[in-house]
Amino acid sequence: MSNKRIDPVTGTETTGHQWDGIEELNNPLPRWWLWTFYATILFGVIYVILFPAWPMVTSATGGLLGWSTRGDVAAEIQAVDDAQAPMRNRLVETDLAALGDHPEVQDFARDAGAAVFRTNCSQCHGAGAAGGIGYPNLLDDAWLWGGDIDTIATTIRHGIRNEDDPDARWSQMPAFGEILSEEEIATLTAHVMSLPDGTDPLAGPGGELFDMNCTSCHGMDGKGDQSLGAPNLTDAIWLYGGSEDQIAHSISRGPFGVMPAWGKFLSEAELKAVAAYVHGLGGGTEEDPATN
Amino acid sequence: MSHKDTSLYAARVPIFPRRVNGKFRRLKWAIMAVTLAIYYITPWLRWDRGPNLPDQAVLIDLANRRFYFFWIEIWPHEFYFVAGLLVMAGLGLFLFTAALGRVWCGYACPQTVWTDLFLVVERWIQGDRNARMKLHNAPWTGRKLRLKGTTWAAWLLISVATGGAWVFYFADAPTLARDLFTLQAPPVAWFTIAILTATTFTFGGFMREQVCIYMCPWPRIQGAMMDDGTLTVAYRDWRGEPRGKGLKRREMAEELRVTGPQLGGRAPLIPMPGVPDTTTTPRLSVPDRLAQPGDCIDCNACVNVCPMGIDIRDGQQLACITCALCIDACDQVMEKVGRPRGLIDYVALSDAPREAAGGAPVSAWRHILRPRNIVYFALWSLVGVALVFALFVRPEIEMTVAPVRNPTFVTLSDASVRNAYDVRVLNKNGEERSFLLSPSLDTTVALSVEGAPGQIVTVPADTQERVRVYLTAPPDAPAANRDRTDLRLWVQDLSSGERAHVDTNFNGKDTP
Repeated sequence: MSNKRIDPVTGTETTGHQWDGIEELNNPLPRWWLWTFYATILFGVIYVILFPAWPMVTSATGGLLGWSTRGDVAAEIQAVDDAQAPMRNRLVETDLAALGDHPEVQDFARDAGAAVFRTNCSQCHGAGAAGGIGYPNLLDDAWLWGGDIDTIATTIRHGIRNEDDPDARWSQMPAFGEILSEEEIATLTAHVMSLPDGTDPLAGPGGELFDMNCTSCHGMDGKGDQSLGAPNLTDAIWLYGGSEDQIAHSISRGPFGVMPAWGKFLSEAELKAVAAYVHGLGGGTEEDPATN
Repeated sequence: MSHKDTSLYAARVPIFPRRVNGKFRRLKWAIMAVTLAIYYITPWLRWDRGPNLPDQAVLIDLANRRFYFFWIEIWPHEFYFVAGLLVMAGLGLFLFTAALGRVWCGYACPQTVWTDLFLVVERWIQGDRNARMKLHNAPWTGRKLRLKGTTWAAWLLISVATGGAWVFYFADAPTLARDLFTLQAPPVAWFTIAILTATTFTFGGFMREQVCIYMCPWPRIQGAMMDDGTLTVAYRDWRGEPRGKGLKRREMAEELRVTGPQLGGRAPLIPMPGVPDTTTTPRLSVPDRLAQPGDCIDCNACVNVCPMGIDIRDGQQLACITCALCIDACDQVMEKVGRPRGLIDYVALSDAPREAAGGAPVSAWRHILRPRNIVYFALWSLVGVALVFALFVRPEIEMTVAPVRNPTFVTLSDASVRNAYDVRVLNKNGEERSFLLSPSLDTTVALSVEGAPGQIVTVPADTQERVRVYLTAPPDAPAANRDRTDLRLWVQDLSSGERAHVDTNFNGKDTP
């Protein structure tokens, strides 16, 4: 303190420190800088008190405001949910078969259904709903269990051949490899392959085998039965592939396609929305009293 | 420490421009009235567009993404009109700057117009230049407080009106005005008004010329677009110098008579390439009139009226916005002292050596109708004509077609092949319209619209409708068995009969 002295060259006060005759000038930090620095410290203290700050073993200190980024996201989701609630309620109250009479509900249902589809259905049926071997194409006009909107909703709600829902659609094609001989399967395969070309399902040796083994589900005309989920064998669509090997494989092993009961996972609105979406993909049919 | 001596900060010296009359002042009054009227009144003009469209003549509808300008309605995909207008604005800047220098700054720039307006208010309340200077230097008394306070209050009212008028361009003006008065307006309206009020108040009331000198990029850009043929406000120093007044002036005349003609006190001009530097070149053949003192009587009228606080006699300078008020001021004085007008005038730099040597002044039109300006004008007109043309030939019907690629086609149970397209049809009319879709493929290919009977798309007024359209080719149709078939999708407005088309393609089974 007693060392205060002015440097003659610069006219600046020195700190009094001296090393080998070299003195240190006292150029203190500008006041505004210092006060800003103190202000940041104060800000930091207040921040630590109010907001999540110190990392603990499994989480962090919560802060008095209880704010979190996760909470922000939850609030945003809640806000969107609330905004959609009126339309969702209208969708739940609307009879699916009458959806066409409420265009704005239908638009909402199809857009919402597209989102539900991408999240839950695209894993098997594909993002474009074109399906694949063993997974039905939802764009075409062939339906295993029926293509009107209520039937589609029922299929989605209870699923197919799953153990979780007692109302799941159920049927099972036997593995004919354990019943028929290899030659019989080859004959039947050739016969089934020719059905789309207009062959009489009951004609010839193949027809005999068809009559005995297949007609109970696929019908005398081979056009299948939607109450049993038995596909139409006379059309151009082969769920498990239309080559000779693929058809023979289907006959001998017996396909067993499973779909979860989405009623357990989706809300009523989501379920109706995705049904509307699937029905609107181009293959949906109108309600047919004969099949229901 | 030595750097303390030279501060990099210069405090603003307040400017108190004197009132002036004259032809340029009258022109500026007219421009101020017209521009302010356009700004404040436009949102309130009505234009009937039918029951489903807004009836505001000029409306930027951000929520619905439409721009309405009287009979013109611009959809977002027609943004090229805005791009075209911006190109025109750019070329217009070239044209006006090359011809008339900073004419935008001097007459039409909002900063100039609003500063002018604020100055009028200031003058009404506080008096002219001398009274305002006196008031400024006076201690803070009740009178000063009252006068300044009244001025600021008036400025604030103008600022609020300015910010308020802006938001009316973005919403239905009468509705928004009611919402503002009942405090029901959306926050963004309040926020916008607050920001524009604050900027108008500070820019027009306090920052004024500093905005032009320190903040605005225009003077820097414009300097690069001017040349020595550009008309700009300048002082005819060869006529005015040597300047002097009163007793000094008589002494000067005496001295000149004794010592013969010589030149002194000449203000430097900014050196320009190609222009001889007349400031250092002694002029040998001096006309007789130089044997007398110059016309400038150094009355400082040009300085007193200048809103930028500069002396035009120092030559072209960055701070000059060429508002031409000094021309009016000087002309008045020249008339009083019986000298010809135009000591300060619109002059081109190239005029200086010619006129100084006694040549006749070049007419302003010869400067304006230079090839460079004509080329700029031609380009500017070309873009304008192209825009008007585009406006008149733009189709009333518009359709976009996006083929669905996942999957590229679907095989139906009867083995026919179906392609799907996401089609958007725009209805720019004020009422619902029906559009007929038809493909340019053989008649066996059927077109259907998801969720609608037949080939008709019905679009509500002033919206676009997105529909999924299917083309189904029977198994034996050529399109069904070719990898790709080009086709044209036609759309026809069933009310007007107008047709439009989009080229797309049909994907089939690639059977060899």
